[in-house]
Amino acid sequence: MLYTNLKHIESAADHAKILSENENVMVVCGRMGPMCIPVYGIAEDIEEEYKHVKFCDMEFDNPEASVIRNLPEVRGFMGIPFTIYYKNGKVVKATSSIQTRQQVTSILNEQFGVAVKA
Amino acid sequence: METNTHYDAIIIGGGPAGLTAGIYLSRARVKTLILNEGTIGGQMVLTHEIANYPGVESISGYQLSNVMKKQAKTFGCDIKSNITIQSMDLGNDIKTVVLEDGQQFSANAVILSPGGRSRTLGIKGEAAFKGKGISYCATCDGDFFTDKEIVVVGGGNSALEEAVSLTKYASKVTIVHQFDHFQAFEHAIDEAKNHPKINFKMESTLTAFYGNDKIESVDIKNIRTGQSENFKTDGVFIFIGYIPNTEFLKDKLELNTYGEIVVKPDMSTNITGVYAAGDSIAKRYRQVTTAVGEGTIAALAASEFLNKNKNNINHELLFQ
Repeated sequence: MLYTNLKHIESAADHAKILSENENVMVVCGRMGPMCIPVYGIAEDIEEEYKHVKFCDMEFDNPEASVIRNLPEVRGFMGIPFTIYYKNGKVVKATSSIQTRQQVTSILNEQFGVAVKA
Repeated sequence: METNTHYDAIIIGGGPAGLTAGIYLSRARVKTLILNEGTIGGQMVLTHEIANYPGVESISGYQLSNVMKKQAKTFGCDIKSNITIQSMDLGNDIKTVVLEDGQQFSANAVILSPGGRSRTLGIKGEAAFKGKGISYCATCDGDFFTDKEIVVVGGGNSALEEAVSLTKYASKVTIVHQFDHFQAFEHAIDEAKNHPKINFKMESTLTAFYGNDKIESVDIKNIRTGQSENFKTDGVFIFIGYIPNTEFLKDKLELNTYGEIVVKPDMSTNITGVYAAGDSIAKRYRQVTTAVGEGTIAALAASEFLNKNKNNINHELLFQ
C-alpha cells in the first residue's frame, strides 16, 4: 500500500476510468522507497497549484500496474518510480527514477500548461 | 513586487532537526517558518523502518516525518516544502531569505538544518543514465537487474551490504573502490569477500559511462597504474557516502573542510542569531535521535536569543 495523499489507482479499470475522465493526468508508479517518496511529495505539494492536472499513484508491484510497466514508453527504464504523463489518454512523457520539483513542473508546464497561483 | 513576510525564526530544512526546532519554537509561540527544498522529513523519510527511536517500537521514516510535520503545524508552524532558495543574507540583525519564485521572508533568528544527500560521482552522463542503468538504491531497483552483470561503486558499509543484497538478482557483481582497503565493518567485508558472485577492482574509479538507451559499459581507471579499461556492464549502483547540503552557505558562515557547519555546544554558529542542527553540522554520529536532540538545543538557544532581544516569546512554554 502506498501511504500518500494522492489518488490511488488500484486496478487497470480504475486507471482507464481516470484517463477517460481527465484531460491531464500524472501517475507516479512506485513503492514506498527512497527514490519514489520524494516524487509523491512533489506531486502532493503542487496538486493545489495544478488544478487542471489529476495527480495519482499506483503500486509498482500491483499486477494491474502492468498497464504502466508494459507501456512502450517505459522500455529500458531500470529505476522506479515510473512517472507517466497522459493527455487525453495518450502518453506524452515518461520519466524513470527520482525527479526534482523543477523537472516535474517543467514537464507539467510544457505538456499541460503552467500552474495557477492562488 | 513580492511582499516580505517577517517571522521571529526561520528554519532552513525540514528533516528531524528542523521539524523538532519547529515544534519547540511554535509551541512557545515563536512565529516560525520552515523552508524545505525537498520532501519534508529529509533523509528520515527515505528510511524504510526506524526501530530505534525511543518510545516507538517500529515506524517507517515516512510516517514519523508526517507525525512530526503534523505536530509542528498543530502548534502553528508554517511550512513550505519543495521550494528553492535563491539568496540569503544572514549577516545583519534581520536575516532575509528570497525564494526562486520571488517570495521574500525575514526573521530575527535562523536555524540551519539543510541535512545531507547521497554523493554522486559527478561524471558526465551520470544524470542521463539515472534510472536507465544507474541507481542509488538497491532495494528500489535491484529486481531490474535480474541475471545481469552490475558494478557497485564504494567501499563503506552501504556499498558492501548492498552489493551482497544485489546478488539476489544479479549474476555477477563487481565492486569498484578507490582505496586498497574497505572502510566497512569486518563482518560486511568478510561477507562480500566470501561471496562467489562478487569480484573486486581496488584502487580504481569510474571515469565514463557509455550506452544508448541504457548503460552498456563503463571506463574503469586504476588509480595506481593509471591504466583504463572499458568494462561491459548492465548497471551501476553508487554508494559513496553523503555530503552536507551547505553549498549555499559557503562564504556566509564557518564551515569545516568537509563543508559541515561548525557549531558550539548550544548549536550557535559564528554568526549572531544563526544556529544549526542535524546532518549538516560537524559531528561524528548521524542519527534521527541526534538530529532531534540538536534541533531541540538549537530551538532553546534561539528562543533565548530572541527573548534577550525583547521579542515577545512565552519562554516558559519551551521547557514544559
